[in-house]
Amino acid sequence: MTSARFAAATRYPRFEQPSALAFILWVSALAFIVWSLSTTGLSFDRLARGIPAMGGILERMFPPDLDRLDRILASLLVTFQMAVGGCVLGLILSFPLAILAADGISPNSIVRVAARGLIALFRTVPDLVWALFFVIAVGLGPAAGVLAIMVDTIGYAGRFFAEAMEETDKGPREALAAIGASRLGTIMSAVVPNAMPNFIATSLFCVEKATRASVVLGLVGAGGIGIELKVAFDLFDYATAATIILVIFMLVIIVEQVGSTLRRQII
Amino acid sequence: MLDRISGLRTVETGSTEAEPTLSVRRLSKSFTNGPCVLSGVDIAIRPGESVALIGANGTGKSTFVRCLLRLIEPNDGDIRMFGLDVRALTSRSLRHLRSRVGFVFQRHNLVLRLSALSNVIHGAQARMSSPGSWYQALAPSRVRDEAMTCLERVSLDGKACARADSLSGGQSQRVAIARMLMQRPEFVIADEPDASLDPRAGEEIMRLLHETARERGLGLLFISHDLEHAIRFSDRIVGLAAGQVALDVRSNNANPTELRKFFAEERP
Repeated sequence: MTSARFAAATRYPRFEQPSALAFILWVSALAFIVWSLSTTGLSFDRLARGIPAMGGILERMFPPDLDRLDRILASLLVTFQMAVGGCVLGLILSFPLAILAADGISPNSIVRVAARGLIALFRTVPDLVWALFFVIAVGLGPAAGVLAIMVDTIGYAGRFFAEAMEETDKGPREALAAIGASRLGTIMSAVVPNAMPNFIATSLFCVEKATRASVVLGLVGAGGIGIELKVAFDLFDYATAATIILVIFMLVIIVEQVGSTLRRQII
Repeated sequence: MLDRISGLRTVETGSTEAEPTLSVRRLSKSFTNGPCVLSGVDIAIRPGESVALIGANGTGKSTFVRCLLRLIEPNDGDIRMFGLDVRALTSRSLRHLRSRVGFVFQRHNLVLRLSALSNVIHGAQARMSSPGSWYQALAPSRVRDEAMTCLERVSLDGKACARADSLSGGQSQRVAIARMLMQRPEFVIADEPDASLDPRAGEEIMRLLHETARERGLGLLFISHDLEHAIRFSDRIVGLAAGQVALDVRSNNANPTELRKFFAEERP
């Protein structure tokens, strides 16, 4: 009886035994993680020595210096304008690109693959790299930031717009095809209205993402408040840096809250 | 099996005064790695004639009506509609042909996030491709007026601004009929327009389709599982079995009991 129970239990093991290849891959991945941590030089010793230094910086940050608040707010406004401008341009351009990239909506497979490739390129190259590229191309200042955010937004929104269109109900599309409607007519009448909630959600996320990105882009000379932050740190003016970090924090929180409220109301 | 139900087969062959609106010969369709759905379907529909297509589930009725407009590409056979060789049409000519045929689907296929009026205006895309036929807000006054007349015909002018997802099943199907009327079709195909509706709404829809086709002198080909509807709202009943036409009778010679035998014989 006991041996019969034992046989039944072993017939259905708790865990699947990995194949030899899977086992080797798991061990290799683990080894790579350990190697990566040791190569980057992160250690508890260094962290322990760094904590007092961090405490020192934080001590020098408070109280924040509000003397240059007006100039900081002006830079913050430029940063937000850069984010909104780049984001809106990116959203506008990503819409036709998404149509070309959407399965079942794109005119043909070659166009679809090309459009998807372009969107993937825009998405996989980090926004900071795009900013460096545009700083070289159009010079220092917010214009480079706007272009970097625009390209980054196309990479993000293009993919999600295309997926939203692919997921729409095929029934209305078939109905309009049966009427003899044009491809553009079918997309604008049947696909876009059904994908609109996803478009709005993606667009609001893009604005939030662009606001966060626009702060960092200034560090490489693409305009906005990022350059102010870099200068403050370079001059060891930690009290001014604290003011800048706080206003950035407030801007990001406001944009996220407004985005969440709009999403709830519109969708 | 076809021999067993041949007792009901009384094909009308004498009325050939006018050229058929629709003439199908040896139409075949099979899907990749699937069974043969249609294997040599022959059918002709005269101008102004109303034909009910019946048959058990899976006999290829919906595939057949989709093949007529090449929403599904047939494998073989001839389809002539309004004297045109449908299978030889270019994509542009096919779009023009489709614009002449109203198609009412089982699942109304409305754009749920748009108003009833916008959905009806979509019917105008049969003859105009400008943004004026995309949304009611962009539509010219004459297009909006015509759409309102179509909604009035289906007694839904009071729901013009209601979003399609707020309408009942019967109301949605009436909006789909209004969209079909907006198209100004010369022939109407309806794929089980009375399915998924309660008996009263189903009858209303069938009566509306029948009346609107009659008052405009349009040919009508509809699929229905309701044999009473098939008899009452058609001139002729055609039955599909095993991918072929196995029944073709005048509706005034048919009765539901006899037609039920057709379904009974179909069961394995």
